[in-house]
Amino acid sequence: MEQLNLLVAAPELILAIGALALLMLGVFRQNAAGASLVMWLSIALLVVAGLVAYAADEASNTAFGGVFVSDGVSRFAKIFIFFGTAVTLWMSRDYLNRAKLMQFEFPVLVVFAALGMSMMVSSGDLIALYVGLELQSLSLYVLASFRRDSVRSTEAGLKYFVLGALSSGLLLFGSSFVYGAAGSTEFTVIAEHATGDHTNIAMVIGLALMLAGLAFKISAAPFHMWTPDVYEGAPTPVTAFFATAPKMAAAVLMVRVLYDGFGNAVESWQMIVAFLAAASMLLGSIAAIGQTDIKRLMAYSSIGHMGFALVGLAAGNEAGARGVLVYLAVYMVMNLGVFAYILTMRREGVLVTKISDLAGLWEKDGFAAICLVILMFSLAGIPPLAGFWAKWYVFQAAVEAELIWLLLVATVAAVISAFYYLRLIKIMVFDDSEAEFDTPMGREFRIVLGLSAAVMVLFVAGGLGVTQMAADAATLYAR
Amino acid sequence: MTHSGFLLNIILWLPAFGGLVLLWMGGEREAERQTARKWSLGITVVTFLLTLVMFAGFDPNNTGFQFVTDIGWLGGLKYKLGVDGISVLFVMLTAGIMPLVILASWDVEKRAAEYLAAFLILEALMIGVFVSLDLFLFYLFFEAGLIPMFIIIGVWGGKRRIYASFKFFLYTLLGSILMLIAMLYMYWDAGTSDIVALMDHEFSSTPFEVMGLELGAGVQTLLWFAFFASFAVKMPMWPVHTWLPDAHVEAPTAGSVVLAAILLKMGGYGFIRFSLPMFPVASDQLANFVFFLSAIAIVYTSLVALVQEDIKKLIAYSSVAHMGFVTMGIFAANQQGVDGAIYQMISHGFISGALFLSVGVIYDRMHTREISAYGGLVERMPVYATIFLFFTMANVGLPGTSGFVGEFLTMMGAFKANTWVAFVAATGVILSAGYALWLYRRVVFGVMTNPALETIQDMNKREIFTMIPLIAATLYFGINASALLDVFGPSVAHLLDGYTAAVGAPDPILIQSGGEGAVAAPAKSGAAH
Repeated sequence: MEQLNLLVAAPELILAIGALALLMLGVFRQNAAGASLVMWLSIALLVVAGLVAYAADEASNTAFGGVFVSDGVSRFAKIFIFFGTAVTLWMSRDYLNRAKLMQFEFPVLVVFAALGMSMMVSSGDLIALYVGLELQSLSLYVLASFRRDSVRSTEAGLKYFVLGALSSGLLLFGSSFVYGAAGSTEFTVIAEHATGDHTNIAMVIGLALMLAGLAFKISAAPFHMWTPDVYEGAPTPVTAFFATAPKMAAAVLMVRVLYDGFGNAVESWQMIVAFLAAASMLLGSIAAIGQTDIKRLMAYSSIGHMGFALVGLAAGNEAGARGVLVYLAVYMVMNLGVFAYILTMRREGVLVTKISDLAGLWEKDGFAAICLVILMFSLAGIPPLAGFWAKWYVFQAAVEAELIWLLLVATVAAVISAFYYLRLIKIMVFDDSEAEFDTPMGREFRIVLGLSAAVMVLFVAGGLGVTQMAADAATLYAR
Repeated sequence: MTHSGFLLNIILWLPAFGGLVLLWMGGEREAERQTARKWSLGITVVTFLLTLVMFAGFDPNNTGFQFVTDIGWLGGLKYKLGVDGISVLFVMLTAGIMPLVILASWDVEKRAAEYLAAFLILEALMIGVFVSLDLFLFYLFFEAGLIPMFIIIGVWGGKRRIYASFKFFLYTLLGSILMLIAMLYMYWDAGTSDIVALMDHEFSSTPFEVMGLELGAGVQTLLWFAFFASFAVKMPMWPVHTWLPDAHVEAPTAGSVVLAAILLKMGGYGFIRFSLPMFPVASDQLANFVFFLSAIAIVYTSLVALVQEDIKKLIAYSSVAHMGFVTMGIFAANQQGVDGAIYQMISHGFISGALFLSVGVIYDRMHTREISAYGGLVERMPVYATIFLFFTMANVGLPGTSGFVGEFLTMMGAFKANTWVAFVAATGVILSAGYALWLYRRVVFGVMTNPALETIQDMNKREIFTMIPLIAATLYFGINASALLDVFGPSVAHLLDGYTAAVGAPDPILIQSGGEGAVAAPAKSGAAH
């Protein structure tokens, strides 16, 4: 316990030292070329960290006296967080160059956010959890308002900051209750005290407050209000970032808290999480119907998808952990593909985000249209695409936990949400074309879009190793 | 068996491969379109020939599954394929109809390559439904078929295609997700997703209450209803049939043919494959419920068909009525009933397919499906009038056509199970003669009032050629019924053995009114479940 075990935290150390070095580099080379260099180096840094995380040991290891945990679950999450972040950075270059926003702070902030996320998924202690979460959140607040001259962007940043600070406060408040009840901030010690017999009321209050705080972070209803505004107002590459890696981090953090810390008290939180799941699924699907802006639509879609992921979490069993991991992995890949296209929807140099702008895409760009149709069917959860399997795994977990009512809600939500994904397909494929988008679509977008659609289709052949990796990771929670 | 399992895999994946190649080739020029047509025709014909090869090696007296492939797959599931006497015929029906569908799409100009590719992929998915022996593999094919059909209706459909395609998709999806949940439960309960193993697994039928509602067969009842939600929509049964007329009317001709001839059969196939053998107690208890819905479907939709103004809609409602006979036969759960249901499904595949093709012939010339726009066609189109008359008669169930055998057997089976439902269904036969002959009179006979009809051309060689196999099949299976009955008879008998073993009575459903019951089915003991 006394050992530092620095090697266990190798990916984080690489990111932390690398990001600080890049910050210095950026300060000393303050021009566009310098910023571009920092951008490329940041991508390289994330890829290296991803490879190191991939090579890491799957067995449970701790560092810094149990505060930092590395195991199969954190490894799984880190691989996706680092590579997903690298891809979003790669895709944001084009936007930043066009908007004259190519400043070295952008990639460095993204790397810091990734560092925060990887600390979140590796936290074995309430303090570590909070530090990681705040490192991530503070970076994201700045990123949301990165377009300083845009009212929408600064509004998004401010809104995100105020509500984010509130949720952090709730989380901290809850943590203090839990600490008071358990006498320790370590999850292992908390697990010994949280037995679900409800004798310790402080533990229950603490748990509820922490859940509220965490629900804010993954934008689960009824704590979702910031999401559509922030998604719409933030610069599009930042929105793409918000919709991918931080979701994975926050969901895995919830697994950490609920499974590691409160794994013996499943019945204390099962109904809360199930309610969050049901509310998010319904809200995400119903509210998305009226949207006309694709970024807002994706915001509601992400609320709905978080609801489905929470179905797995609410199960509170090994299959649930596996389901959450698979769901988030598939969700990230789908969203990267969709945002790769949203980032190229520009007319006369300006990004457009109206859904109706997609009309007749099939006539204009068959490749992009087919990829997007595949992604939309996958988001709707139609087999044999990956989105279906993601739902399959979480539903399987919920059946094992006998949460049949939640599955019925999920059924209704899945059908309603299918409607608006179909509407997008209808606009792209059935409707007649309107004005063209600027051509050509950048190479990186075409690659990400194509790869993402290919993953959706090929997932059926054995899950591409992802399901196996998630299942191995989830054995951590076998009973 | 690995060698023969390979053959089934080829049959399954060849059309999908053909479709993907077609998507990749694409092309909007006339020469490319012609290549695309020939390519898809070639693929579908080869697939059909391969099913013939498979059929030659098929042993109908073996009631187990043949041509089996069984390998591991995602998350503990299996990639398991195989056919028995029931599914082999549906595979052949699918493969046999598809070349005709391609021929019927010959004149499509708008994005022809993609159109044909959608049909080829759809063919693979439909064959997949009939050959999967894993619960989730079945679900996958069952659901994935929505995607190409949605696009076929949405892109190449008529004026209200958007509405029809959405309705079709969402309606079917809702039922299917309920079925998915039931499947997940079965997988969890039985620990396997292998359909063959699940048929032997006994799901609990201990009654319990849910919110004050007594479930007579407990878990089985819930599972039964979840599967029913999906298959009844697909079938479609009254009152969840309303998507069908819209989908049929708006779909292009080839889409209507596939929908009527094959897609509708998936529901009936599902009842036979899942509901009867896996939830026998629930099926037994709920048989009267199904009879009730079937009887309404037969009479009510026949009456609705009578007043339709649109030819396609009329045939669509007639399909719903005919499917009523199928559900009635299946849940009669005796040899005649189930035999008749399968017979009716296969025969309806030829007949409804041919009827939609016939509508397509005149629609391509006149671009209207209004009955009132036609009349007196016999003067200009004698060949058409003959062929259309033949299929009208087959639709009515004239003895000598395959339509008769199915209706007769299902009614016989139903009569043994429940006299009243057979009585009501028999009136449906009369009504079907009414609407079908009246339609024929209004379209083909009478005075030619519409001046546009005066220059209408009779069927061309391609159109006649498309019809010939259907005429041959309808006649041949109408006269030589044992050609089909011998193929699926043993499998059905095997299925019913398991069913009666679970339900515990040779004739599970008692006739409510005592008098006729004694005549119809003297042997019955386990009536009070």
